[in-house]
Amino acid sequence: MSEPLVELRHVSHRYGNGASVLRDVDLRIGGESMLGIVGPSGSGKTTLLRVLLGTVRPGHGHVERRKGLRLGYVPQVEVVDWYFPVTVLETVLMARPARRLRPWATPVEKAEAEAVLERLGIAGLGRRHIRELSGGQQQRVFIARALLGQPELLLLDEPTSGVDVRTRHEVLHLLEELHRDGLAVVLTTHDLNGMAAHLPELLCLNVCVQAAGPPLAVLRPDVLERTYGAPMDVLEHAGLPFVVDRPGVRVS
Amino acid sequence: MTWLTEPLGFEFVRNALVVCTVAGALCGLLGVFVTLRGMSYIGHGLSHAIFGGAALCAAIGVNFFVGAGIWGLASGLAVGRVTRRRIIGADAAIGVITTASFAFGIVLLGFYTRVKQSIEATVFGSVLGVSSGDVLLILGVTVCSVAVIVANYRSLLFTTFDPEVAEVTGVKVARIDALLMLLLSVAILSSMKVLGVTLIAAALVLPAVVARMLTDSFTRMLWLSSAIGATTGFTGMFLSYHLDVASGATIVLTGFVVFAVVFAISGRRGLRRAAGLDDHHGPAPDVSPLRAVR
Repeated sequence: MSEPLVELRHVSHRYGNGASVLRDVDLRIGGESMLGIVGPSGSGKTTLLRVLLGTVRPGHGHVERRKGLRLGYVPQVEVVDWYFPVTVLETVLMARPARRLRPWATPVEKAEAEAVLERLGIAGLGRRHIRELSGGQQQRVFIARALLGQPELLLLDEPTSGVDVRTRHEVLHLLEELHRDGLAVVLTTHDLNGMAAHLPELLCLNVCVQAAGPPLAVLRPDVLERTYGAPMDVLEHAGLPFVVDRPGVRVS
Repeated sequence: MTWLTEPLGFEFVRNALVVCTVAGALCGLLGVFVTLRGMSYIGHGLSHAIFGGAALCAAIGVNFFVGAGIWGLASGLAVGRVTRRRIIGADAAIGVITTASFAFGIVLLGFYTRVKQSIEATVFGSVLGVSSGDVLLILGVTVCSVAVIVANYRSLLFTTFDPEVAEVTGVKVARIDALLMLLLSVAILSSMKVLGVTLIAAALVLPAVVARMLTDSFTRMLWLSSAIGATTGFTGMFLSYHLDVASGATIVLTGFVVFAVVFAISGRRGLRRAAGLDDHHGPAPDVSPLRAVR
């Protein structure tokens, strides 16, 4: 097992009002990780992601990041201001290194940004406004921006939230490709079934870690009931677990 | 031709033309950040906040620019801090903090008669009193502001568009926010004496909104907004001389005419672009992939 990129030990955190959002979380992200953090709204997924990013300092516990670790972050597309006047290339170039006082990007930086766009299959869209793209293309733009800094670990907040099935497939296939190329990937999601087919590891979170491991080991009725507070059944198809609501059960 | 050259025979008109043009360009430039951050009310708010600082300076005999500048910056930072708590929106935060400062100025006016005399010019502006010192001040402030924006272009753009990711990427977001508030305070301070409270609020918002209706590029929006601000400042000042009405009003009305013309020409497309100002973080509009790859 390689040296961890980020390691959390007994991490706990509370909101300003005292409510616990993370409790005693242990997590190890290695260079080979491709992990999906699943859980209901308010379960602490985004806070955990922010602890990994370093933008939230937990109240208790230890966070160790490998020295010099390069992180890439893709926010939820639902919080993006789609009317902001930026083209695709301008968006990607925001992540260029801030070494110089010159406001404009150098030809080398532009070439690097174009290369990332080409790698993600959206070459030629650089001059388009971000609003003029399809859902999958929009996700790729923000992934491209995160990749410009050549990260070792890519963190994505709900990359499949609010997108159609086709876009979800596009995004998850792309993340699989990037992982095969050596990038560690961690994402949060509400979407249980879409993840099992694409992610080798899942972590069920509801303030505490309810279960972690391969989808078949994690997506079990008892774990899901503890995590979501509602009874669910798990079916198996082509070796993959599929979560379905239990018919006729009313959640109190 | 005389219509154009006659006013230039007076020194105060020449000075006022330079100040209005440069102040228009400066406010247009900063207005891009203000409108895109959903803080269009900040110009109105900061000028009112500075009024409180100006009143205090006049009462205790401290230099106007130093005292009111510090006061304006403190108000701007307080607005930013309250806004980031997310419980109160930017407009409400500006309303609370800056109107309290304005009210403080009003109270001082009631206590000190000498404050009243020096403050009236600050509130309503006085183009007639523009000196070559005022010209040098606005030129200096503009050159410094442009230099700061050029040097921090990427950080300013990044924090305006996506502060969370900017922070992760290593941008000192709080520092950049404070820098922008400092620029705004200094710009308002150096323009307030000649242009008055009303014009500053409009000068920050109108050029940026017009520019937004004309372009989808951030860089072009900066150029366009500055050019529109300069043009409306210059034209409004000329109209003020010939129509013999307050320059603040003619400059604002010139800006509004430009807005109306661009609105009529750009139609729904321009309106859709400008609709995003002050209304951030909505869901992505439904654009079909077929249309996107045409």
